[in-house]
Amino acid sequence: MFPASFDYYRANSPEEAVALLAEHGSDARILAGGQSLIPAMRYRLAQPAVLVDINTMKDSNYIIQDNGHLRIGSTVRDTDLEFSELIRSKFQLMSDVSNVVADPIVRFRGTLVGSLCHNDPSGDWTAAMLAARASMVIQNGQGKRTLSADDFIVDSFTTAVEEGEMAVEALWPTPSARTGASYQKIERKVGDYATAAAAVQLELNEDNSVKEAGIAITAVSYVALRVAEAEKLLRGQKISRELIKAVAAEASAIADPTSDGRGSAEYKKEVVGVLVARGIVQSLERLGLKVEA
Amino acid sequence: MDITLKVNGQEKKLNVEPRTLLVYALREQCGLKGAHVGCDSSSCGVCTVVLDGKTPVKSCTMFAVQAEGHEITTVEGIGGGANLHPLQKAFHEQHGLQCGYCTPAMIMTSYALLQHNPKPTEDEIRFGLSGNLCRCTGYMNIVKAVKQAAEEMSQTAQAAD
Ligand SMILES: Cc1cc2nc3c(=O)[nH]c(=O)nc-3n(C[C@H](O)[C@H](O)[C@H](O)COP(=O)(O)OP(=O)(O)OC[C@H]3O[C@@H](n4cnc5c(N)ncnc54)[C@H](O)[C@@H]3O)c2cc1C
Ligand code: FES
Ligand code: FES
Repeated sequence: MFPASFDYYRANSPEEAVALLAEHGSDARILAGGQSLIPAMRYRLAQPAVLVDINTMKDSNYIIQDNGHLRIGSTVRDTDLEFSELIRSKFQLMSDVSNVVADPIVRFRGTLVGSLCHNDPSGDWTAAMLAARASMVIQNGQGKRTLSADDFIVDSFTTAVEEGEMAVEALWPTPSARTGASYQKIERKVGDYATAAAAVQLELNEDNSVKEAGIAITAVSYVALRVAEAEKLLRGQKISRELIKAVAAEASAIADPTSDGRGSAEYKKEVVGVLVARGIVQSLERLGLKVEA
Repeated sequence: MDITLKVNGQEKKLNVEPRTLLVYALREQCGLKGAHVGCDSSSCGVCTVVLDGKTPVKSCTMFAVQAEGHEITTVEGIGGGANLHPLQKAFHEQHGLQCGYCTPAMIMTSYALLQHNPKPTEDEIRFGLSGNLCRCTGYMNIVKAVKQAAEEMSQTAQAAD
């Protein structure tokens, strides 16, 4: 189908974009990569009266290392991350996701910030954001505020971005050298949303006990979920097979999937635990460690 | 809305509605039927064209107004007739097509892929083309064709050095 008619504006800066959004209120939407919005408009699931195109903002396509984190501008494409040597070498979780989100062509347009704003219940970036403890900078006519992933992700397709506001950059903490991570996704085919997926990021102490743990799952509930109980179990502990089992069980316990063509609810609930377990094993392997029996 | 863009090296002035998808502007206003439409969900890839020389885009998932000031290359723009592009020649020689519906997009995605990675391995070709569906060939000969073209193009590039 063709999208419904709309008025089209180009923004040259975040200031221009938020002014246009404020002027047009709830009828207006940001157009970033368009890889979720345009399909939704073609299905007429979305019929915004006004689109504010941010692809014309020249200064927003940046990846900057700054003060312990990476600043990722609102027009940075998934391929900018996928092909970046810096991401490949230092940001394992982000690198993993940038190779499996959507399909290779979609990744040339889709943006990380746009995907987080879209907040699909099966989104890959939202799970990674939760596990990596990333945050989002939101701008409106008054100024900027920064929200943690927990506060940014509100509900299915709903974030803390309000009318007259846009997300200007994601802040992604730089992992320490003692950090291992892994993104585990099961999909029916390339370009399909996950049947289930898990994001794992573990920071270890000198004695290989867990200093910080980030565990999140997606496609198994109304929104991507951080598995706080699993993170609690891991913190301070050395990782054993038994502990991994307990952690996986926490993920399965909070999963509340629905049955569809990708699998039954029962299957997804179980498999998401398996994915968390695999993610932990791979995170350790990437640090050159093996799980003790 | 009036827009100006470059299509296959030529400047075009078009009048489009903001909601006009790029693929329809190319097919109906520019007469370029190489970009096909195969789905409503941005998932088949048969509409793929190249933006600004090296970025593959699904032209059903971009508005024509977004191409203002940019350059679009379609399968018609890289060669034809007696002057086939190495990719077009290789798809022909390796039987990289049956019905041909997916072919222009396979070629344009490969065209972009070879800009980013002039000497891809078979795995890299398969990975790079994994967003393009083909319901006929089983992909084997498509992969062979891209390999042949990559080799020919890198030999030509070497000879030019
Ligand atoms: C075939 C296909 C397969 C896909 N598979 C997957 C998948 O496996 N996993 C997955 O996670 N995603 C998948 N996607 C979605 C894809 O990754 C999108 O790129 C992404 O969800 C949205 O990013 P975008 O930049 O294209 O945003 P857009 O589509 O432009 O925008 C999405 C929404 O976010 C809003 N928005 C965008 N940017 C901002 C901003 N800066 N501030 C405020 N609001 C903003 C828009 O107004 C809109 O409501 C798939 C898409 C396609 C077409
Ligand atoms: S027509 Fe199917 S992806 Fe564009
Ligand atoms: S040749 Fe028929 S779809 Fe590919």
